[in-house]
Amino acid sequence: MDQFLLSLITGVFIGGIAGYLGTLMVIKKMSIAVDPLSHLILPGIALAILWGFDISLGAFMSIVIGMVLIWLLEVKTKLSTETLIAVIFTLGAAFALAILPEEEIEGVFVGDISSITFLSMIISVLLSVLIFIIIRKIYSKMILAEVSEELAKVEGINYKKILFIYLISVAIIVALGAKIVGGLLTASLIAIPAATAKNLGRSLSQYSMLGLFFGILFPVLGIILLKFFPLPAGILITLVSGVFFFVTLAFKRK
Amino acid sequence: MQNNSILKVENLNVKLNDEKIIEGLFFDVKKGEVITILGPNGAGKTVLLKCLLGILPYKGKIEWQKGIKIGYVPQRLPFIKSIPMSIEEFFKLKKVSRREIEEVLSSVGYRGDFSNKKIGDLSSGQFQRILIAWALVKNPDVLLFDEPTTGIDIGGEETIYSLLSKLKEKRNLTFLLVTHDLSVVFKFSNFVICLNRCPICQGAPKEVLNSEVLKKLYGEEVKFYEHHRH
Repeated sequence: MDQFLLSLITGVFIGGIAGYLGTLMVIKKMSIAVDPLSHLILPGIALAILWGFDISLGAFMSIVIGMVLIWLLEVKTKLSTETLIAVIFTLGAAFALAILPEEEIEGVFVGDISSITFLSMIISVLLSVLIFIIIRKIYSKMILAEVSEELAKVEGINYKKILFIYLISVAIIVALGAKIVGGLLTASLIAIPAATAKNLGRSLSQYSMLGLFFGILFPVLGIILLKFFPLPAGILITLVSGVFFFVTLAFKRK
Repeated sequence: MQNNSILKVENLNVKLNDEKIIEGLFFDVKKGEVITILGPNGAGKTVLLKCLLGILPYKGKIEWQKGIKIGYVPQRLPFIKSIPMSIEEFFKLKKVSRREIEEVLSSVGYRGDFSNKKIGDLSSGQFQRILIAWALVKNPDVLLFDEPTTGIDIGGEETIYSLLSKLKEKRNLTFLLVTHDLSVVFKFSNFVICLNRCPICQGAPKEVLNSEVLKKLYGEEVKFYEHHRH
């Protein structure tokens, strides 16, 4: 299969679900959390490149290890999560830089879409569809819990359970996104489509569908631009997203 | 449980983070009553409502009549205005049909557009109406109401309490209201529970509330001006 097509299909699916999930993250005021999360995936990506296994798999494993580490340290030391996150995440980034040969560094930070294989495309598509279905199912429950945890509880929603499902989905999407935009620019897949959608959306359904739409549109445009500019796709996608965000800002009400 | 008693609370004790919030509270609620829970900030009023709703842990007994439906109007929803959501979508969060949305909205006197109107664009009075309507979905028997915003204009001539009285008649509701507004206690309720962590008193407002009780409830500063309020 043509590499262009592989990149495009992978970008459409991962970008779409990242944009859709991003609309929840923006409402939960969690979009900035993507940033430290993506630092956490750096050592995993680095090891994946060095030892030749799938980048997203490496990324996901290092998120899980990082989270468990933070949780253990928190229990043992009583330091705050926020402090521990700062410690673990920067160490993760330093570790990635330490073990990587210089020519690989760019790929880790901003992604290398040309490395996507047929198998990894299939896995990305399947996981994206699965997560889309799951998130769609818990979407209105998450919104209600954001409106008021009490109201959600009164309605019989098990908030801890859906929050767990949501966080796992975020971790998987960040890991998948690393294939396209690397460890440094993941926020562009998750936060910018949702922020752009928020500029235009007048209702919840419009907003979430626009998040999905921009999530698909930005990678498509970015990957097409690859033909004209000798830059990594991650950078082009982020720049395209930024342009749309600022243009739509002009249409924002209030 | 006695007939027409719909709630029985016995020796309720609530501890949150090792701090005693409510101690040794007993009361009964009969069908059709309007109970007010009166007390200063931090007295445990909201905590009591949350225990009654079953969303906070407690010791003691809270026994609702079997099969009773409870509606809840929370005090504040600080985050809702930043969510791009229409009134209709807010109701759809709990899977309400369009017809039922129309019905509850008209019973709280909201007549505007609801499919396109954003929650964030509502005045605080309109928003209060919407919250009450939201709690009325599925026809509850009891409405738990945390600090109805007094003194705000909910539109027209109506005050929040004339609206609540109307709803009580039309829908045969029992009310439990948390408040620190004395005029509400006297005008609207037939039973008051004074709470400042420990129960201070309970009974018909005119019988149990006097300046001594209020002093005990709020401290020295509170003036008792039941008679010249309007």
